[in-house]
Order: sequence, then C-alpha cells, then structure tokens
Amino acid sequence: MQTKRTVFHSRVLPYFLLAPQLIITLIFFVWPAAQAIWQSFLRQDPFGLKATFVWFANYTRLLDDPDYLNALGATFVFSVGVTVLSMGLSLLFAVCVNRVLRSGRFYTTLLVWPYAVAPAAAGLLWWFMFNPSVGIIPYLLSFLGYEWNHRLHTGDAMVLIIIAAAWKQISYNFLFFVAGLQSVPQSLTEAAAIDGAGPFKRFWTVVFPLLSPTTFFLAVINITYAMFDTFGIVDATTSGGPSQSTNILVYKVYADGFIGLNLGPSAAQSVILMLIVVVLTVVQFRWIERKVQY
Amino acid sequence: MVENRPFLNFLTHLVLILGVLTVVFPVYLAFIASTHGPTDFMSGIVPLLPGDQFSANYGYLLGTGESTAGAPPFLLMLGNSLAMAIMIAVGKIAISIISAFAIVYFRFPLRVPAFWLIFMTLMLPVEVRILPTYKVVADLGMLNSYSGLVIPVIASATATFLFRQFFLTVPEEMMEAARVDGAGPMKFFRDILLPLSRTNIAALFIIMFIYGWNQYLWPMLITTEPQYYTVVMGIKRLASVLDGDNQWNLVMAGVILAGLPPVLVIIFMQRLFVKGLVETEK
Repeated sequence: MQTKRTVFHSRVLPYFLLAPQLIITLIFFVWPAAQAIWQSFLRQDPFGLKATFVWFANYTRLLDDPDYLNALGATFVFSVGVTVLSMGLSLLFAVCVNRVLRSGRFYTTLLVWPYAVAPAAAGLLWWFMFNPSVGIIPYLLSFLGYEWNHRLHTGDAMVLIIIAAAWKQISYNFLFFVAGLQSVPQSLTEAAAIDGAGPFKRFWTVVFPLLSPTTFFLAVINITYAMFDTFGIVDATTSGGPSQSTNILVYKVYADGFIGLNLGPSAAQSVILMLIVVVLTVVQFRWIERKVQY
Repeated sequence: MVENRPFLNFLTHLVLILGVLTVVFPVYLAFIASTHGPTDFMSGIVPLLPGDQFSANYGYLLGTGESTAGAPPFLLMLGNSLAMAIMIAVGKIAISIISAFAIVYFRFPLRVPAFWLIFMTLMLPVEVRILPTYKVVADLGMLNSYSGLVIPVIASATATFLFRQFFLTVPEEMMEAARVDGAGPMKFFRDILLPLSRTNIAALFIIMFIYGWNQYLWPMLITTEPQYYTVVMGIKRLASVLDGDNQWNLVMAGVILAGLPPVLVIIFMQRLFVKGLVETEK
C-alpha cells in the first residue's frame, strides 16, 4: 500500500494518531458485529437464562419462514423500484440540464436540495401527499375511479415508499449523471451529428454507452441506499404494513430484535445483511479499480 | 450544442420545469398546510394557498411543542440536532484526518491491518448490527447522553479515505522541505497539511453535517428522556399522535422545521456540497 517516498520516523506517534479511530471501530463496530455472528448460532430458552449452540438452525429456520421470504421479496421490489424510478428521472433531468448550458445552474440548485431532507421527513412529506383523507393525490385519483389507501392496500403502500425514497435520491443521481455527461467528449457527438444522427439517436448510440460506468456505479449505490438508508422512510410512513407488505429487511431486523426480542433469529438476519453489504461494497470497489471496459 | 433545434429546446425546458415542480411540490404543499388551522382540512382537500396561521403554528411548536406526543418544544430539539450534527461532523473529520496522516506519513508494523480495520466500518452500517451495538452503549452507561448520540457513529472510513487520497497528492517536496527546516511531524501536520486541506475539510463538513442532522434510528433508540430528543425523530412521534387528531398543519410545520436547516446549508454552499459528495464516493 502506498505511502510517501520519505516518511517520518516515530515509534509511538502513529499509534496515538490512529488510536481514537481504532478504539471506536473496535468497541462500536467490530465487537457488536462479532456478537451478532456469535448469537446467530445460539438459541435462547424462553426465559433468557441459558443459550444452546444450534449451528445453522437459526438460518435454516429463517429461510423457511414465510415472513422472512416475504421481506426478501419486498426488499427486492422496493430496491428495483427505487433504483429504476430515481435513476430514470435523474438521467432525463441531467440530459436536459446538459443541453441548456446557461440556465443549467439555476435548475441544478432547484433539483439538488432533496438530498438534505432526512428520510423520515421525506417519508412524511409523501405520506401527507398520499394521505387518504386529505391528500391531494388520492383526491385526484378518485376522479379516475381509483380509491387510494396505503393503510389497506399492499400495493399502494409499496408505491408510497418507493416514490418517497426515489424522490430523495434523485438529487444524488442527477449530480453524478451531470458529471458523467460532461466528461463525454464533444467531438464524438459532433462527429455523429455530421454523419446525420439526430439528437435521440446520438444519445442512445453514443452518449448512453459512454455513460455506462456512471450508470453501473449509481445502480450499486442506489441498491445500497434502498436497502439500508430507508429505515426512516418506512418507519415514518407504513411501519412495515399493511400485512407486512413493506417490511423490508432493515426494518424487519429492527422490528424482530427490539419489539419481538428474538435474539437468535434477529442476529441471523443481521449477519445476512452484513454479507449483503460486503458483496455490494466489494462490487463498488472493483468498479473504482477497473471501471467498465468495452 | 451541436445544432439548433428550437422545438427540442422548448421540450428540454418543459421537462426541467415539470421536474422541478414535481420535486418542489411536496414541500410547497407541506408549507401551505403548515400555515392553516386544523379546521381548514375538514372539507376533505388540502388548501393550495397560504393561510393565516403561520406564526400561530410555528410559534406553538417552537415554544410549547406537544409534550404528550413525545415532542418537546422544537427549539430544544433543533438545538439538540444542531449540537449532535456539529459534534458528529467535527468528530469524524478530526479523528479521520489524524488517522489518514498516520497511514500516509508513517511506516509502522500494523499499518496495513489498521487500514483494513477502518475499511471494515464501511461494511457495518448501524442498521444491520443494531441490537448488539445498543447493548454495548447501554453497558457503557451512554444511553441518554450526547456522548451516546455522537461517539458510536463517529468512526468514518469515507473521511479517512478522502484525506488519504488527498495526502497522497500533496507533493513529496513539501514534507522534505519541512524536514530540512527541522519541523517535526506534528508541526508539519499543523502548519502545512491542515491549511492545505481546508477546502476538503469544508466540503466534508457539509456532507457529515447533513449525515449527522438526519440521524434517525440511533437517536430514537438511545434517547428516552425528552431533553435529548432530536428533531428528526421528534417529527415522527408528532405525526403518529397528531394523525389521529387531524392536526396535519402542526405535523407539516414540524417537517418544515426539521428539513430547513440542512436544505439551507446545501443551497448556500452548493459548490462545496457537490465537491464533498462527488469526492467522498471515489
């Protein structure tokens, strides 16, 4: 690993400098994670008096549990929904902003601020928009003959959290797409134009393929976001309901652990989530090393 | 632009204006709702123009709050959020910049393992190891305290990487010259490295401030005394109680109050924010 050609010489100073970060990491990150792994192999008796080592019984039971499989399915639908909706809109806006050079900055300012809104607050904003008694969207939908109620209809609840989560993520994707578009060489689009390609053809055959590294990177980031940073949105709007339709994995870990107090199964869920983060992080870092090749 | 197409220009602006409207509309509606009295919702549809209860609603929330709903005066919660966000941002930057300094400017036996240990924190978000982390904090007696709100989330792999990347780009000659002049490592750090990192620190501060302000699950778990409540968790409590009373005007006023500070930070420091966002992901 890289350092400077010449370095300072000191036996103790570097350890002092690293100490705060390492101590916090060990106490609040590594130790709890190790505890979770250890507990995922144990089963407590109903009184919490003794625990027996049960190998992978917690995991097998989890994978047989229809509620857990349901949460996996919900997480999948949610992540894909958020990623596609948010990236699609952001790409559209980024392409437009890239076309209007002069007023681009103005539009950018108006599009980036939702990044700062807390997930719980974003959830509440859309919860209000979709409120079955006074919300404006159910009101408009009622003219189309659709009766919106995310407290009763499972599909409505999923749509609500997807929209709230995608809304918050648009600004992030937008900024990265704009940066990606600006690095596409102007000469290529000009050459394509001389060859007679119209704006749409130029975009799909020249610009979009060149954007694929950005697109791939953002897809990974968005899936990570949808899976792990959306706890506040779910908690503030649907709390996992109705009938568990929006009980995504991060929410289920919390609900089973803190409300249900099922230590073993909850720990097994934690470990599975950690594995998912590890995979996503590795994919993300490989992208940085190699980018996408043609 | 390659060629001039008036119709396409028109379409571009149309898309952008519609996009901005979609993005802004929920907040506009929330603000409008927050300026009305509770009876204005009785007709069954949200009003679209401002009402006259602006100062009444916001004054009530800021000064009195809904203590029965678990939402103390918002001034208190805003203060807590501000303190927490600043402590998290400053803490993350401080401990990360010195670790990056140690990793780049020294060679010592445990350097690579230390780097990997810091790297691992990226893979362990609070949400996935929530129960055991809660237990550690409880055992250390840190529930209901600022240290409990801040210290467990203060380690930062992203900030350490950012400073490491930046230090690697600082010319070797800087350090050699400093050493020839007889400066020790800490003097070099203070007088040369810190001033050079100023923009990076500022950009990172914005990202980490927003991260700290928007903490939700962690404060919710470890604070049970109203004097430590933060505003983002406060609005959720407010919403779950007042929804039954149809007092959406107060809920939305709370959402606006909780969202405004970080949004203002982004709007006024957009350039630094974009720099921070793009660079922390590299």
